[in-house]
Amino acid sequence: MRFKLNRKKREVHLGDRVFAFILKVPSVALVLLLVSIAYYLFRNALPVIHKQGWSFVTTSVWDPVNDVYGALPVVYGTVVSSFIAILISTPLSVGVALFLTEIAPTRVGRVVGFLVEMLAAIPSVVYGLWGIFVLAPWLRTTVEPFLAKTMGFLPFFQGAPYGVGMLAAGIILAIMITPTISSISREIFNAIPRVQREAALALGSTRWEMMRLSVLQSARRGIIGAVILGLGRALGETMAVTMLIGNRHEVSASLFAPGSTMASIIANEYAEATSDVHVAALVEVGLLLFAVTFVINSLARLFISRGFRWGAPSNSPGGAK
Amino acid sequence: MKKFSALVLTLAFSLGTSAFAANMINGAGATFPYPLYSKWFSDYQKIDPETQINYQSIGSGGGIRQFLEKTVDFGATDSPMTDEQLSKSSIPVVHIPTVLGAVVLTYNVPGLATGLKLSAEIVSEIFLGKITKWNDPKLVTLNPGLKLPEDAVLVVHRSDGSGTSGIFTDYLAKVSPEWKTKVGAGTAVNWPVGLGGKGNEGVTGLVKQTPGAIGYVELIYAKNNQLTYAWVKNKAGSVVEPNTKSVSAAAAGSLKSMPADFRVSITDAEGKDSYPISGFTYLLVYKTMAPEQFKDKGAKIVKFLHWAIKEGQASAEPLFYAPLPKAMLSKVEAKINEIQAK
Repeated sequence: MRFKLNRKKREVHLGDRVFAFILKVPSVALVLLLVSIAYYLFRNALPVIHKQGWSFVTTSVWDPVNDVYGALPVVYGTVVSSFIAILISTPLSVGVALFLTEIAPTRVGRVVGFLVEMLAAIPSVVYGLWGIFVLAPWLRTTVEPFLAKTMGFLPFFQGAPYGVGMLAAGIILAIMITPTISSISREIFNAIPRVQREAALALGSTRWEMMRLSVLQSARRGIIGAVILGLGRALGETMAVTMLIGNRHEVSASLFAPGSTMASIIANEYAEATSDVHVAALVEVGLLLFAVTFVINSLARLFISRGFRWGAPSNSPGGAK
Repeated sequence: MKKFSALVLTLAFSLGTSAFAANMINGAGATFPYPLYSKWFSDYQKIDPETQINYQSIGSGGGIRQFLEKTVDFGATDSPMTDEQLSKSSIPVVHIPTVLGAVVLTYNVPGLATGLKLSAEIVSEIFLGKITKWNDPKLVTLNPGLKLPEDAVLVVHRSDGSGTSGIFTDYLAKVSPEWKTKVGAGTAVNWPVGLGGKGNEGVTGLVKQTPGAIGYVELIYAKNNQLTYAWVKNKAGSVVEPNTKSVSAAAAGSLKSMPADFRVSITDAEGKDSYPISGFTYLLVYKTMAPEQFKDKGAKIVKFLHWAIKEGQASAEPLFYAPLPKAMLSKVEAKINEIQAK
């Protein structure tokens, strides 16, 4: 509607109008696609929504034999494994990006940056295999016993070390999202004007103070955006997580314990689900994943807009967006 | 030039598919018999070049769903359709057993390369989480010659829904009343203990990596990957090695109590040579295939089924599938003859 109004007000070239239309079609189509996927998921989940109502999200027993489905453990597993991934990956990625833009010689920066981005090209099944044969045994024999010995008083580091489990899934996810976060951060750091760094140095900053004041301060918003993109990948990642998380539908405080995620349960059970309610339950898990992703992204966006206002120091000039 | 060759390719492709489409018989279902079926379909095409069979191994559950929706001409499944599923089909359904498979228990016990023996009681208690140490008195009594360590038992099961889990849990539900009430049988169940690995390879990976682990995989997978697996005590009380002979024996042992539609579980079978964790795999066919709907495909499917249970059986053993016992063939033959297709 607005488009038509504008057209009356202003003289618009035919070519411009056609071009605007061409651009409009895919963006409207994308929104429609999103809505139709949500609708499809909702409609196909109806049998289990009718049968179980809210107990689907609040209970923990997942029993296809008796057609009782509680998705709490998989929601928990998705959120916790992604959270571990972000916790490990954010400092790592920002560190890599800082090193590549601020410290490393240009040539080294280019080579290392390329290698980090190569990590994104590895198929997730390969990450999963590497996880089973290298990461999990190392966690079982070295890392988990060490954590249990040093921090075993915390509920997160108790229980038998299996190798596979929530911790393994979180670590593999952290590795998988590092290229995303670090390469976006690198682009953002590169976009910050040189003069800003020079100003900081001229005022007598050390190299670290310069990075903190003129690079990290101005890039904060962009870094959070990069983290959100990484989080999106972590929430939906299926194959590598399925191979490493241990696939147990249980909420457990310990990170050594096996768990399962929304994506992994769908990948595991959809092909062989025969009862209608079972299929509907898996579709509702898909709907939940949709909802959880939506909520987390909205929260993160809210956080960015607030965070920017809190964080903006009075002495910092406009800087990069 | 590029455009031209692309055009030629598209043309060739569309001609090619339209030429075949009329004769192409489509099937979908179980992954377990896929290696054998693909050999069958390619062998059969050499005998009857007119018949082209395309099989998608999407899993038994998916096969049953597609078969009920009639998007395929035949289905394939490891566990027979339930009465509820059968009632959904507008055309009566015939189950044709093709070959047999078995589930074996593979283990990684420190200091024990081979030779472990298990019984129904021990297997069910391990998977219920009641036997937690490898030197449990029950294990020691059954394995007097072995040096069993004190290590903890770690159970590994399939995380993905699968016919393998279906046969295995069916066995546990039959031999253990507690399993039957607490867990039940199905392609995916609420496991009391243990870790889940995706696919036979996922279970094997976890078992190989973790000392003290025990898991279950298909016999074929275990044979092809040279895994060590346990011998299991059967209903008659003898400890049997899982192989194609003992699996066929389990089918033969169940012959007396076999229902006319072959929808039967043969776990915990009678007979002193029977391996107790075995099962059929089936092709699902419509009982009447009207020419208006199926053209000449119905007759072709029937002809193929006759071939599969006669000549086809010879290809089973080299691939570690157990052939149908001889005594059963006439019954299956009679069943195929009931299918109405012209």
